[in-house]
Amino acid sequence: MNALRLLVVYFRIGLLGEAQYRVNFLFQLFETGLGMASVLAAIWVVFSQTDTLGGWKPAELTALIGIYFIVLGSINVMVAPSLQKFMEDIVTGNFDYTLTKPADAQVLVSLSEVRIWRLADVLLGAVALVVSIVRESMVVGWVEGGKFLLALLAGAVMVYSFWIVLATLAFWFIRVENILQIFWAMYTAGRWPVGIYPGWLKWTLTLVVPVAFAVTVPAEAVSGRASGTSLLGALGLACVLFAFSRWFWRVGIRKYAGASS
Amino acid sequence: MLVPTFTWGAVMHWLRTLQAYPAFLRISLLSNLQYRASGAIWMIGSILEPVVYLTVWSTVARSQGGSVGGYTPEEFAAYYMTLLLVNHLTFTWVMHEFQYRVQYGHFSFALLRPIHPIHEDIALNLSFKAVQLAVILPALILLGLAFHPRFDLDPLSVALFLPALAMGFLLRFLFEWTLAMAAFWTTRVTAINQSYFSVQMLLSGRVAPISLLPSWVAAAAGFLPFYYASGFPVEVALGRLSTDQVLRGFGIQLVWITVAAAVISLVWRRSARKFTAVGS
Repeated sequence: MNALRLLVVYFRIGLLGEAQYRVNFLFQLFETGLGMASVLAAIWVVFSQTDTLGGWKPAELTALIGIYFIVLGSINVMVAPSLQKFMEDIVTGNFDYTLTKPADAQVLVSLSEVRIWRLADVLLGAVALVVSIVRESMVVGWVEGGKFLLALLAGAVMVYSFWIVLATLAFWFIRVENILQIFWAMYTAGRWPVGIYPGWLKWTLTLVVPVAFAVTVPAEAVSGRASGTSLLGALGLACVLFAFSRWFWRVGIRKYAGASS
Repeated sequence: MLVPTFTWGAVMHWLRTLQAYPAFLRISLLSNLQYRASGAIWMIGSILEPVVYLTVWSTVARSQGGSVGGYTPEEFAAYYMTLLLVNHLTFTWVMHEFQYRVQYGHFSFALLRPIHPIHEDIALNLSFKAVQLAVILPALILLGLAFHPRFDLDPLSVALFLPALAMGFLLRFLFEWTLAMAAFWTTRVTAINQSYFSVQMLLSGRVAPISLLPSWVAAAAGFLPFYYASGFPVEVALGRLSTDQVLRGFGIQLVWITVAAAVISLVWRRSARKFTAVGS
């Protein structure tokens, strides 16, 4: 509960800080809109040559793109900028100040920076998702809706845990920003359902970088093709990854000796 | 000046400029070798993107009875593997970097030198690519094993590929350098960059070989510069173009190179004057 309260406080501070630069929201909307248009154009080109792609209909793929942007925005609002700042703080020594604060350090470093305008990604993603559902008059009942939210939650937890593990590596290595680049490169592969990829890539995107669980599985839930067992599996894996990342963080922080010489 | 004029003074100037290249190349090669691993990580995205589209189009080809728009999965593999190589050799990062150069005043140093800063950029770009070929070439071999490409190479196509690639490199470099100069006038360069990349992605042949694009989009791609820096050299190498198409492509490459070089030499002086160093 303490963590939730901190989340609200930091979010408010971030909102106040960024509210000075409101025009940035318009620019972010413009940039995200362009990015989305370019992805949708690719889908349009593909479906000008075929009716289904690996069993996915056009509207199901645009729903998947919506989810892709929702998750992308969620990462970029807080997790990515905060953990990036954490890694810089390790180098500069500012992390010592975080440690002196009377709250859990992992919570603090996960919340320290807010890029509120990246909510534009979430907003446009949600629009794409809703428009796809309505236009195709997909039947999304309580069951599919609930499955979708559960899948999204599991995916979000896995992505967060993955980021914590990567960020924790900063305790041992210095140039970790480059490692984060692996995540971003892999994440772009999530614009298409991972099922179409060859085995080695599919498994990498499922087990090494949790793109499949963050984007494809929630999209399967919306289009009503996610089974109960795969959802349970996702939730279980999310718990395991979360516990592992927490343990790994503790190991890292115990190893940390401070920045002073 | 970048547009060559054929007077003796101009020729001497060009010779002196070229003399700086060995030094630039040596320095940038050493600094690139220092950060091999981080450079290699940046290659993951360059390798993954063509793999993604190759998979998408192979899936489509199979569902359409073996081929789509004249490409079988094996031919898509050849197309995207060649594109991986071409795109690696022609891509630039100047549009991302200019913002920081202006913001942090890096241009102050570049402006003190008696040589146009674009030459150091070209040398840096070339040496980075040479170093990273150590990642790209093994990746291509692995992709070849995974996707069974079908190459029907004939010597003439391969011979034509080299000038097409070289001009594609020059075209893309000059073109993106031109756009990057926008950083002198506005701090909103990411909006400009995003616009450029969105259009480039679709019209360069990266999303699909342009013959698969809807006809009016393909027509637009046919005279804009994007295709001539990526898709065109690829299709030349694979021998998919007629002699007429190849000659016309070389012509369009030359036109765009000239336009971009002219714009750079016209705008550069004004932008350098516009630049006010930040800091003390």
